[in-house]
Amino acid sequence: MQIFHRSTNTLSRATIYGAIFVVAALFWAAAEIQRSPYVTYAGVRRPQPVPFSHQHHVAGLGIDCRYCHTSVETSSFAGIPPTKTCMNCHAQIWTNAALLEPVRESYKSGKSLVWTRVNDLPDFAYFNHSIHINKGVGCNTCHGPVDRMPLMYNQASLQMEWCLECHRAPEKHLRPRDQVFNMRYEEPSESKPVEVDGKPYTDQVSLGTDLVKKYKLRTVTDITSCSTCHR
Amino acid sequence: MLFTAFVALAGCRQDMHDQPRFKPFARSDFYTDLRSARPPVEGTVARGQLREDSYLYTGKLGNDPGDYLPFPVTEELLARGQQRYDIYCAPCHSRVGDGNGVIVARGFPRKPPSYHIERLRQAPLGYFFDVITNGYGSMTDYATQIAPRDRWAIVAYIRALQLSQAATSADVPAGQKVPSDPPQFEELGSGATPPVVETKPARHSAQEEPK
Ligand code: HEC
Ligand code: HEC
Ligand code: HEC
Ligand code: HEC
Ligand code: HEC
Ligand code: HEC
Repeated sequence: MQIFHRSTNTLSRATIYGAIFVVAALFWAAAEIQRSPYVTYAGVRRPQPVPFSHQHHVAGLGIDCRYCHTSVETSSFAGIPPTKTCMNCHAQIWTNAALLEPVRESYKSGKSLVWTRVNDLPDFAYFNHSIHINKGVGCNTCHGPVDRMPLMYNQASLQMEWCLECHRAPEKHLRPRDQVFNMRYEEPSESKPVEVDGKPYTDQVSLGTDLVKKYKLRTVTDITSCSTCHR
Repeated sequence: MLFTAFVALAGCRQDMHDQPRFKPFARSDFYTDLRSARPPVEGTVARGQLREDSYLYTGKLGNDPGDYLPFPVTEELLARGQQRYDIYCAPCHSRVGDGNGVIVARGFPRKPPSYHIERLRQAPLGYFFDVITNGYGSMTDYATQIAPRDRWAIVAYIRALQLSQAATSADVPAGQKVPSDPPQFEELGSGATPPVVETKPARHSAQEEPK
């Protein structure tokens, strides 16, 4: 007695075989979703209490990052400026702008402005700004062209693979320490060499390799070990 | 298939991402002001911040500003001073200290004076320290943004700027190195992004100031 037609043999074989592809496709889709801005928020501008423009203040007015993010060189966190920092200037300029009403309100009442966090690592990962700054990783290597952002967004996914991509080969990303805050820094090239200690470099890898020595970076094994970031 | 997917997705929870731990500046619903970073109780002295050496922190001897630096002036200190000056003061006072910074040019009702007027040239070093620490008139204080040692470095650099505008070598105390040419501002010392708008700093406003 035959319940199934003969053709089901082929059909079932095809299904079993095909299932591998279906599962693979699902994994691929999951991985893509995991990396997509929908999950990581990369490139997404989020609502802020005041439409603070880095483009305006950094590129337009030439204010250095450290004027506002005062602790970036010395501590794990960069710090978001208190309202008083805005008032250094805004007590005198744009004093009637409606846009700035929340700032004045916050200054008067002493209540902090509640900014929406843009870069936010999960709480089980440890990050430290000062070491990156002091070893020559530029702000814009991680945060993107901040001086062209009318509203802040994060450029990178901030996922582990992104951190590791650099920790495995830091020489591809290092620049001289005094250029860390320069948003318009360009990697060395034939036409625009970068000079360090009087020696002109024309390509990133040779510059990076020398900086790794100069700034005494630890070995790749050290900085890719799990306990560096999960402690 | 669907079942497996559900089981797998059930693992995607945020529990480990948001733990009961405060990152610096995170919001807290526990305190009425929503700050997780608690302001210290008034009068708190953090370890290493006990102000034994009051001149270092006030720039004053008794009630009068002193006219010396609490530590030796070195070339590194002046370089540090220039870098910090360019970050924190130059937006208003301009890189040459004539008071025509980019921000002021956008319409400050009350402009900062040039550092090169006679009154400020005669002012003791401690006076500048006090202005940075406590503010002056419509200028707010910079005590929270700049650490005391850096404030002194800035003070030393301002004096160097003043001397460079009207220097004779007799003005320079022995052992103190002050650049003899006006400092070069073309080179971006601080590494800050150059402003896109061109502003022409009036280099010689010292001569124009009424004395
Ligand atoms: C005038 C003050 C000011 C200056 C100068 C400034 N910032 Fe900011 N920055 C802010 C404020 C306020 C916020 C919070 C609001 C926001 O996210 O836009 C912020 C947010 C950020 C964030 C996102 C923080 C988060 O929520 O994750 C980054 C990254 C950042 N700044 C980088 C920089 C860099 C790099 C520079 C120098 C090129 C710089 N900033 C200069 C005031 C400033
Ligand atoms: C060093 C001086 C300075 C500081 C500090 C500063 N601003 Fe401004 N800001 C300005 C100036 C000058 C303008 C007007 C620019 C112009 O006229 O082109 C401005 C304009 C603005 C505007 C409206 C213009 C626009 O298109 O963005 C907003 C909003 C603003 N600032 C928010 C802030 C906030 C929030 C802070 C504190 C984190 C802050 N600013 C700190 C100097 C400053
Ligand atoms: C190696 C990559 C990297 C570099 C370089 C870097 N940042 Fe960040 N930044 C991050 C990450 C990751 C976070 C999120 C930290 C978290 O969630 O704990 C962050 C967060 C921030 C924040 C939010 C507040 C805070 O302190 O967490 C600010 C502001 C900021 N960065 C400014 C800067 C500035 C200014 C520079 C350059 C001087 C800089 N960053 C350089 C990776 C970097
Ligand atoms: C563009 C390059 C780059 C990126 C991206 C980067 N790092 Fe790093 N990181 C470095 C360098 C360079 C060092 C210094 C290594 C040394 O001193 O030997 C470092 C060091 C560290 C350290 C050691 C700090 C200490 O005190 O021991 C930690 C933790 C760290 N990084 C975490 C992270 C995390 C988390 C991320 C991702 C969110 C990240 N880094 C992304 C370049 C990078
Ligand atoms: C350079 C820093 C760094 C190193 C080294 C590192 N991690 Fe991570 N790891 C991170 C960051 C950042 C995240 C959070 C990524 C995110 O936002 O999803 C993370 C997330 C994770 C997660 C959770 C994954 C998820 O999607 O929630 C696991 C598990 C993990 N790491 C294991 C490890 C192991 C095991 C090692 C050693 C082989 C390691 N990590 C080394 C930075 C690092
Ligand atoms: C936001 C703009 C701004 C910044 C930044 C700024 N100042 Fe001022 N400064 C002013 C203004 C405005 C005045 C004039 C105040 C008045 O006369 O009411 C002033 C006045 C002064 C005076 C003269 C006091 C007197 O006796 O006339 C000194 C000295 C001074 N500032 C030093 C500094 C130093 C040092 C820094 C950097 C740490 C700095 N300022 C940063 C705006 C600024």
